[in-house]
Amino acid sequence: MSGHSSFQTNNPVLKWIEYRLPIFGFINDSLVVYPTPKNLNYWWNMGSLAGMMLVLQIITGIVLAMHYTPHADMAFASTEHIMRDVNYGWLLRYMHANGGSMFFIVVYIHIFRGMYYGSYKEPRELLWWLGIIIFILMMATAFMGYVLPWGQMSFWGATVITNLFSAVPLVGEEIVAWLWGGFAVDQPTLNRFYSLHYLLPFVIFAVVFVHLWALHVHKSNNPLGIDIKGPQDTIPFHPYYTVKDLYGMGIFGIIFALLLFFAPNLLGEPDNYIPANPLVTPTHIVPEWYFLPFYAILRAIPDKLFGVIAMFASIFILFALPWLDTSKVRSARFRPVYKMLFWAFFLNCFVLGYLGAKPPEGIFIVIGRLSTALYFLFFLVLPFIGWFERPRKLPESIATAVLESSGDDGGGGGAPDAAAAKAEDRG
Amino acid sequence: MADSTGGDTHDPSRRDFLYVAAAGLGAVGTVGFVWPLVDQMNPSQDVLALSSIEVDLSGIEVGQSITVSWRGKPVFIRHRTEAEIAKAKDVAMADLPDPEGDDVRAEKPQWLVLVGVCTHLGCVPLGQAGEYNGWFCPCHGSHYDTSGRIRKGPAPTNLPVPKYVFLDDNNIKIG
Repeated sequence: MSGHSSFQTNNPVLKWIEYRLPIFGFINDSLVVYPTPKNLNYWWNMGSLAGMMLVLQIITGIVLAMHYTPHADMAFASTEHIMRDVNYGWLLRYMHANGGSMFFIVVYIHIFRGMYYGSYKEPRELLWWLGIIIFILMMATAFMGYVLPWGQMSFWGATVITNLFSAVPLVGEEIVAWLWGGFAVDQPTLNRFYSLHYLLPFVIFAVVFVHLWALHVHKSNNPLGIDIKGPQDTIPFHPYYTVKDLYGMGIFGIIFALLLFFAPNLLGEPDNYIPANPLVTPTHIVPEWYFLPFYAILRAIPDKLFGVIAMFASIFILFALPWLDTSKVRSARFRPVYKMLFWAFFLNCFVLGYLGAKPPEGIFIVIGRLSTALYFLFFLVLPFIGWFERPRKLPESIATAVLESSGDDGGGGGAPDAAAAKAEDRG
Repeated sequence: MADSTGGDTHDPSRRDFLYVAAAGLGAVGTVGFVWPLVDQMNPSQDVLALSSIEVDLSGIEVGQSITVSWRGKPVFIRHRTEAEIAKAKDVAMADLPDPEGDDVRAEKPQWLVLVGVCTHLGCVPLGQAGEYNGWFCPCHGSHYDTSGRIRKGPAPTNLPVPKYVFLDDNNIKIG
């Protein structure tokens, strides 16, 4: 992909392989000597964590598939069989279920990181698009995976979400029947969801590679949001960022383990331990936490079709972000107005998430509509901010900014002192 | 602090210790993660719980056999005739590829209990067939005698006798 590699070896076997398939050069160029901005902060750990979670989900998923039965009469029992009978089945299932949540946490931070530091801007628009495609695929995968245990929440979640498509004019009912393979969510639905739940992670895996390909063309963005101007702005990926990523994985692993071993059902719904009953809907049905903001938007609109349109629009509008944002400055550090707007948007997403878990009644409806309006308002005012906002002065280069250790990070003292202090810290 | 800058790079033993400790801990963690992935393929608790069955023998007349399923495999229970018992006992040990006395294989001579899986490659042998009128495996031509012992053909060992006990005269528990 990147022309001549800097990979050098005297090992004849490696040379023989490298001449025919330059795989060592590829690994060397993309994971070892790969030039990375020297000023990346810990928010840049989320990419590798997301990759790790994808692999973990695939591994635990393949293993669970060895014990699970995708049949309406046996799915629930086989899930309990995994929990009670299969060796370490409880661990593997909890790891997979909570792993989905951890995957979404990491990806949401990753997306907000991209928004804060303007990582979606020219020339990374396609990189951003590929990320949104991964996000949409993840949501489809997670939704279908949640149906598989065939509990009450599985069944009624599947019913509600598939019924979204009945809002489509003229052919809505036909589409829903096609999705179901029948007149209600039933055996055919479960079986196809299982098939697709197995397939989609591998599609995600492929898109992740394209995502990384696009990333490696113009390299990582950075907290300053300015371009790499030369070798003085970068450090090799290995050992600097391999070690930083591993450290992040360690911290992340501790948090994951706390959830997994001490509160494995914290993010789940107790109703999903009741076998699916097509004749009775649970009194209060909510999706998994990672869908709540979108669910809140769906319910905020008092019209079936427009509610569905608003919900899908809230995701698809992300595709337009690189063009809605008219500012040439990437990082919110240098954009006082955008920075405020970003945090308002960020908090509003939590408000939406909170509302999505509440029953649609009384004050929650009012706040829900207000929050939904604010969500879209962010994207509507964004083009105008670029025109009137006076960004702060950008540093000359990453290297000069790092050496000056500017006050933005709260680093104390004058420039030479700060540089000396940094050197000491490494000792 | 000031003179410690870069000091650790000159102390190989300290740096080596860090490398070894990190790699060692990583190896322990990897094994801890991989073991559940491996162990989940071992028989699960519900499979292990089905590892013994009880069989009522009262309906099996002399000269009849039944096949029951134990751990997913066929188990032959044969009510042997006097002729078969005599034939099984009247064999010189030297003639047997896998020498074993009939009295060892059948606790009560009239009842023979065998795992009906050919010890060659796992096919189910046919009863009262073959050159020794015991069992004959159609897959690759192994001949077993009336005690279920290998006499001719590629199978290396006798048909195994599962662990069983007589609960009373007419009931046995296999496994």
